[in-house]
This record gives sequence, C-alpha cells and structure tokens, in this order.
Amino acid sequence: MAMLELRGIRKSFGAVPVLHGIDLEAAEGEFIVIVGASGCGKSTLLRIVAGLETATEGRVLIGGADVTALEPKDRDIAMVFQNYALYPHMSVFDNMAYGLRIRGLPRGEIVARVRRTAELLGLAELLHRRPRELSGGQRQRVAMGRAIVREPKLFLFDEPLSNLDAKLRVQMRAEIKRLQRQLAVTSLYVTHDQVEAMTLGDRLVVMNQGRAEQVATPMEVWREPANMYVAGFIGAPAMNFLHGRLCEEGRAVDLRAGPALPLAGSPAAATDAEVTVGIRPEHVRIGSDGATTAIPLKVDLVEPLGAENLIHGVLPSGEGLTVRAAECAPLPGATLPVVLPAEQLHLFGTDGRRLRLAHARTGVASAQLWA
Amino acid sequence: MRAPAAAAEAPIARAAAEPRRLLPRGTLVHAFLILGVLIFALPIYITLIGSTHDASTIGRGEVPLLPGAHMLDNYAAAWWEGGGGARTGFRVPVETMLLNSLAMAVLIAVGKIAISLTSAYAVVFFAFPGRMVFFWLIFITLMLPVEVRIMPTFAVMVNLGMVNTFGGLVIPLIASATATLLFRQFFLTIPDELVEAAKMDGAGPLRFFKDVVVPLSMTNVAALFVILFIYGYNQYLWPLLMVSDRSLETIVVGITKMIGSGDAQSPWHVIMATTMMALLPPVAVVIFMQRWFVKGLVESEK
Repeated sequence: MAMLELRGIRKSFGAVPVLHGIDLEAAEGEFIVIVGASGCGKSTLLRIVAGLETATEGRVLIGGADVTALEPKDRDIAMVFQNYALYPHMSVFDNMAYGLRIRGLPRGEIVARVRRTAELLGLAELLHRRPRELSGGQRQRVAMGRAIVREPKLFLFDEPLSNLDAKLRVQMRAEIKRLQRQLAVTSLYVTHDQVEAMTLGDRLVVMNQGRAEQVATPMEVWREPANMYVAGFIGAPAMNFLHGRLCEEGRAVDLRAGPALPLAGSPAAATDAEVTVGIRPEHVRIGSDGATTAIPLKVDLVEPLGAENLIHGVLPSGEGLTVRAAECAPLPGATLPVVLPAEQLHLFGTDGRRLRLAHARTGVASAQLWA
Repeated sequence: MRAPAAAAEAPIARAAAEPRRLLPRGTLVHAFLILGVLIFALPIYITLIGSTHDASTIGRGEVPLLPGAHMLDNYAAAWWEGGGGARTGFRVPVETMLLNSLAMAVLIAVGKIAISLTSAYAVVFFAFPGRMVFFWLIFITLMLPVEVRIMPTFAVMVNLGMVNTFGGLVIPLIASATATLLFRQFFLTIPDELVEAAKMDGAGPLRFFKDVVVPLSMTNVAALFVILFIYGYNQYLWPLLMVSDRSLETIVVGITKMIGSGDAQSPWHVIMATTMMALLPPVAVVIFMQRWFVKGLVESEK
C-alpha cells in the first residue's frame, strides 16, 4: 500500500499557477527526493504535503487516509526545516520533547524516547544545551531528532543541508541516508542539489516549472532521461547537446558537426526528422580509433579536477562540447579527434522528449554495418 | 614614484589618527560626565539634606548643605501622618500615597504589557479581515497622548461612575500604542519557520503564544516594564482630575498638594522627606531590572 499518495495536486498563488497537477505514490519506507531548480515549485509541493499550504486542487493521502483537509498536527508527519527552526529559548531536550508534551504523552515515556533518539544521533551529551551553543551540524541533528522522536508516518525534509559547509554536508548526507534506512520511515526530501538527490533517493522526482518531468530511480534518470531538461539537469558537468538529423531510415544520425553516426537502434520517429543528440562528457572518447566517425575538437579551455580533466572545446559546426577525460591534458588551441560512441547517445525530438530506440542489434554490430 | 608619496602621507595620517595630548586620555570626557552627575545630583542632595532639618531652618530661607539632626522625626512624621501647610489642610500619610502610586504604576505597566503583547500577536500572526485597519487605528493613537483626550476620557469615566475609584485611575491609561508597536516589530523578526515548526509539533495559537512568543519576548518585556512603570508612577494630570478621595491620593500629586499657596507656610522638611521616599520605588525598579533592561535594549539575537 502506498504510504503517501498525491493525486493531481495543483496550486496557484492568485492567478499565477505554480504546480500543474502532480501525481506521486511513495511506498512504505521509500525515500523520495524532489529535485529541481529554485522556483520550480518543489518546496510548495512539500508544504502542501505538510499541510502548511493548501492545494488549489488535488488530494493528499497519507497511509491511505485522505488528509487534504487536516491541519499539520493531525497528519502524523514531521518536518525538518532549512533553518532548523529550533526554539531558541528551549534546551535540546525541550526542543525534542515539545511535540510529545503537546500530545500529552506521559513524562516517563517522553524522557525515554528523547534519550533513545539522542543516543541514536550522538546528542546525549548536549541535551541541556541551548541551540545557540551548538554548531551547525549539531543543530541539524537536533532538528532531525525533533522529527524522529515523534515516530511519524512520514518525514519531510526541506533542503535540510543547504546551510552547512561542504564537508559537513557530505557527512550529514550519509548520516541521513543511514538513519532513514534504519528507521524505515517514508521520506520526502526536497533539494536543488543533484548530488544529494542522486545519493539519497530511492526514487527522484525531477521538477521543472511546476511539473514533474520524470519520476524514476536515480540510475534510470541518469541513464534514460525523459527529456532534455532532465538530461541537462542531472549529471555534472551537464550533458552535451548537438544538432542532427535522422538518416538511413532512422538507423543513423547526421550531425551538423560532421559525420553521420550509426545508432544503437532506430527511433520510432520518421526519417529525416530534426533531432538533438545528447552525450555525457564522460562518454566522449578521445582518439580516432581509426574510425571514420571521429570529429575534430578545437580545445579552448582545460579545467583540471585532479583525477581527471574537463576539456571544453568547439566542434566544426560551432557547437560547444565538454569532455571528461582521465589521462589527456591538451593545451588550449590544440585539436583533438573525438568519437561519440553509438551506445551512449541520447536522442531527443524537437519537442525535447526522449526518442526511444528499438534495440534491434548491439551497438557494435550496427556500427560495423554502417562502416 | 609611489613610494615617496606614500612615505610623505604616512606621518600626516598618523597625526590625524592620534592627536598630541596635553591631558591624559579621557580627561575631558570625564570632566563632562562629572559635571553632568553634579547637575543631576545637586537638587537631590539639597532635598536629602533639607529633609534632615526642622521646619524653622528652611522656613528662614536657608539652604543648608550639611545634614541636620531631625531626620528620623521628619521621616516618621511624613510616613505616618503626612502633612501640609496650615491652610491647605492636606494630611495624607506617605504610607498611603506610596502604596497607591506603587499599585497604580505596577497595574498600568502590567496592563499595558499584557494588552500590547496580545494585540501585537493578533496583528502579526493572524490573517483576519481588517487587520491593517486595526493596526493603523492603534498606530494613530500614538498621536493622542493622555492630555489631548483627557476631557472625553474624563466624561466617559464620569458616565461609567468610575470617578474616585482605583479602576478609573488605572484602566484609561492601560492602552498603549507604543508598546504594541514595539512588540509588533519584535514579532516580525520571529522566523516563519519557527511558527511552522510549532504547527507541526501540534501547538495551537495559544500554546505557541505561551510557550514560544512570550518566553522569547521576556527581555523586551523587562525593558518595557521599567519604562512603563516610571510612566505610570509619574502620572500627574490624570490622578489630579480623577481622584478627590484622600485614600486614593498618589504621591506625585500629593507632594504638590502639600505645598501651600500664597502666604501659607509650607512644611518643607516634611515635603522633602516625602520627596525622598517618593524617589525610592522607581530607583528600586531600575536597579533590580537594570540587567534585563540593558539586555533588552542591546540584544538583537533572538
């Protein structure tokens, strides 16, 4: 049974629509990450689930019960805020116990629960401190503790790591993941950081301008992005996009940048259609391999990342191409032959949607056929 | 070319930053401060000394600068009997007046704080129709101090039959636009996320007010209490108008009533003793609340 179900959530602020009908189902214990650029409506969606905002249309179901009309406190959920929102005048213990006290739990049970949660989070020594006496990471933990101690049906996270420094963020990210696995509570996590999204989520909801562009596992989103927005948003550095036109009855694509490339399969689209070819920087191969499909890349910038280099260059068509390569450090101005392997190409139609390839043969076989 | 120019500028800059001193650092500042203290303290000193002499010393027109021998007599007389000029016939013990003033000041301060806390809470945290209208109505009363609206207020009190009652003394002075505005400004700095966190924790509006808003406002409350206590204690015109019953007399009004008019002899020794005792409650409040008061004015952290 779905723990959380969203049905056709729409939201407008006045005449401005910010959510255009979101549907989502989260299974029990699932970790769903909502990712998107700022202003895409992801926080609004989370706040609608929390009950802090009312949807213009649509319904929210938690544990099978319709909670659309319920107040936040009656939804049995807990939320971790971006600025932690700890009560500044209360000790760590009181911050965590406050929600339980309001619910009228017996004192002994409150103490036991808070202690257990504090141990889990390594806060046992800090229970008497005030929030202002804590570091950023500790405050973050208290905010999580306040959510965990309630033992809710659903956790909501609103960009909880964005106020931490880079090192702490990586550490807390792993900690959140571990905790969520351990507690197995369904979670909804909003972030604009794609690395957080990829590492944390069982499934991602990639949002753009109030629409869920793709709902899938991180690897699916990365391997088979549903459209050009998702392809460009997930993955760093971003995917390269090149203009092309289908030829050979859809078995190859004629790049504006040069050669016609064989495809690993043929899309259902009509031949001669305009397409956009996407390839991730890490999939571009350097060196001609003796193939006729090599394209000369004029290097204009090299960014060393330590383990590898980012090579930015220009193709003969004037289109830019970024390559991630481990053992190649050309000088700016040099020309490199690059090969775009057929099995790593993504095809998008003029409407930006992914064109699915019918995988009739292996990539290698079709390449040979073409050669 | 640059180096010599920089070298030439350096001594000038240093001279500007550290002028040559004829006097030790801070002498002038201290001189001014000491002068200020003297100007403030001298009248109080004269009053204090005056309250230790007998009636005839001051009656002769002397202003003694050394203590006399009648301190206990004067203070005891003022405390238990009070006293006024022969023709004023005003005799209310300081004990009564001081208690009245104290009660009035405390009730005004507490009442003002209670009302402005709740009205600011309503204006900031609730969306209700006419919210801004109410806010501006409160705001506009800033332009109408007690003295301006004193006749209509008095008329209302007469119609309600509250003349010569303690309620009539206190209630009309309780509304406070200033305190409401101050609390409103403070409440606006409470982050929305804190309100939302409380909602998620299940706290209703009253609970949030009691558990979060009021505790966070405590330093502001303390600072305001000092200011409002002194405001209430110093009320002159309203009690003068409102109260003719001697048992409701307040000390600030009482002191002026003790001074006789025209040729009448005023018992200056008792008046000065009364004045000294009238100083004590505000001084005590300031001393006890000082730590909180300064914290409330200085602290920006929530």
